[in-house]
Amino acid sequence: MKYYDKLVFELSQKGRVGYSLPANRFPAAPELPVELRREASLDLPEVSEADVVRHYTNLSQMNFGVDTGFYPLGSCTMKYNPKINEEVAALPGFTGLHPLMHAGLTKGALKVYQDMNNFLAAITGLYAFTFDPCAGAHGELTGLMVMRQYHMMRGDLKRTKVIVPDSAHGTNPASAAVCGLEIVEVKSLENGRVDVEALKPLLDDTVAGMMMTNPNTLGLFETQIKEITELVHGIGGLMYYDGANMNPLMGVVRPGDMGFDIMHLNLHKTFSTPHGGGGPGSGPVGVAEHLVDCLPELRVSGFHGNFGVILRAYAYILMLGKQNLKKVGQYSVLSANYIKECLKDAYKLPIEGVCKHEFVFDGLINDGAHDDVHGATTLDVAKRLLDFGFHAPTIYFPLLFHQALMIEPTETESKETIDAFIDVMHKIAAEAVEDPRILQEAPHGAPIGRPDETAAARNPILKFKDAQ
Amino acid sequence: MSKIVEGLKYSESHEWVKVEDGVALVGVSDFAQKEMGDITYVDMPDVDDEVTAGEEFGALESVKAASDLISPVSGKVVAVNEELDEAPEKVNEDAYANWIIKVEMSDPSELDDLMDAEAYKAHIGE
Repeated sequence: MKYYDKLVFELSQKGRVGYSLPANRFPAAPELPVELRREASLDLPEVSEADVVRHYTNLSQMNFGVDTGFYPLGSCTMKYNPKINEEVAALPGFTGLHPLMHAGLTKGALKVYQDMNNFLAAITGLYAFTFDPCAGAHGELTGLMVMRQYHMMRGDLKRTKVIVPDSAHGTNPASAAVCGLEIVEVKSLENGRVDVEALKPLLDDTVAGMMMTNPNTLGLFETQIKEITELVHGIGGLMYYDGANMNPLMGVVRPGDMGFDIMHLNLHKTFSTPHGGGGPGSGPVGVAEHLVDCLPELRVSGFHGNFGVILRAYAYILMLGKQNLKKVGQYSVLSANYIKECLKDAYKLPIEGVCKHEFVFDGLINDGAHDDVHGATTLDVAKRLLDFGFHAPTIYFPLLFHQALMIEPTETESKETIDAFIDVMHKIAAEAVEDPRILQEAPHGAPIGRPDETAAARNPILKFKDAQ
Repeated sequence: MSKIVEGLKYSESHEWVKVEDGVALVGVSDFAQKEMGDITYVDMPDVDDEVTAGEEFGALESVKAASDLISPVSGKVVAVNEELDEAPEKVNEDAYANWIIKVEMSDPSELDDLMDAEAYKAHIGE
């Protein structure tokens, strides 16, 4: 890897351009109020085309992705994305479309939406989908607005609470808060599942619904899911399914059959489209038949969501077919359990038993602490992994365990890759016992070691000029 | 092992209260600041805002989490610790020396519902 850390602004040379435009014939729009007009110059970087191409190519070569290596980032489903998805998405009949074209010219795209609606309905057991939401959290917000709309249409205005388990993805309570709903937390049992007895007293006619992901964030299937959905339905609430953890269930269990009324899917995770670093995503929201009238009539985002992502997911589903979609979940579960069982001699496994597509360790069993030497933490393990060419797992989430290390291998890795990862994790555990400083000073080979996240959060420098 | 100061009152959600001249100083416990990790922002109410026992009055944000601050007493906010705007790390440095808000209590008997140092120690399992 070639080390490169320049900002494009640092390449800027006054007067250098990579384009040639005719003189501007248009005056500034007179209707724009004076106070909204920029006074200072824009200060864009002045660079040539070659500068720009080299800059971004160099940056891209510093990148780590599923195309370069194993990426076991828990809760993120970083599976390999087959390249045929890209070929389908690049077909000129799709790339040449404009969303405002006459319906007669967009029949191919409309068929994709219709087929996807049917595929996702069959996979989830729900009835109809909206494809507008552009990612998971956007789907959550849309789904909660559907929930609110349902209660409002019935004139039931006192339902202001949403129940969320303490192991939920952070986006669940955040989406509920943005939707104007009050969040009520329900505790987990020692075995990581929702405590049904703790749920019962929270249920009354002020509850709009409950949000869950199943398997939950510990990778554990909620064994009392039917009781939970029946209890919530019994007091008039709706069940929301966070589809972030759908990968192990496809073709095996359906959220609709568990009793969920509303859900989103992360097409970019479960259905294999490139993502990470905030996009691009697609979070279609599905509802049971009795909620179809609550789906948004107006678009919640421009032009029916991220069509390119939906198209890639469509190619993925067609390529695999029903039988192979089922194997996706089975292999992802097998891979996760294999790693868990191989590593639990060196890493604390807080909850024994079969997991689904991911699981959580609670740090090293022997962190190497002795006398005045501090032991190695989960952060140190994660940093050390980078030296061996692996992306780090998710760390310090869920918050239930102090040294959480959340591993999701996905179904697309070979046994050789998984074994290599297990070997490295054992080696790191052995290093911690020999000398935890090897871990604490890691990474030794990465271009950037340990950014000071606290200083960055307390005193963020948001502009290049301020850093100079 | 977290520091627990004798003579303070503690809530289940890890706030402490110290009464000085009839005014309640409210902060978070050493246990709470350790759980949060490096605190990056303290979200505080305005002076003259009303707070209610058991309800949120602000929030702590750290690199790894955000957590609501729950008022242990009811009443009117008479002061907020503006030093924490610029230096939220003070809560990490000494959670008991750095109060977050001062409250003119509307019902001092609410203090009886809180834990003493002994009970709080048991609550956090230390």
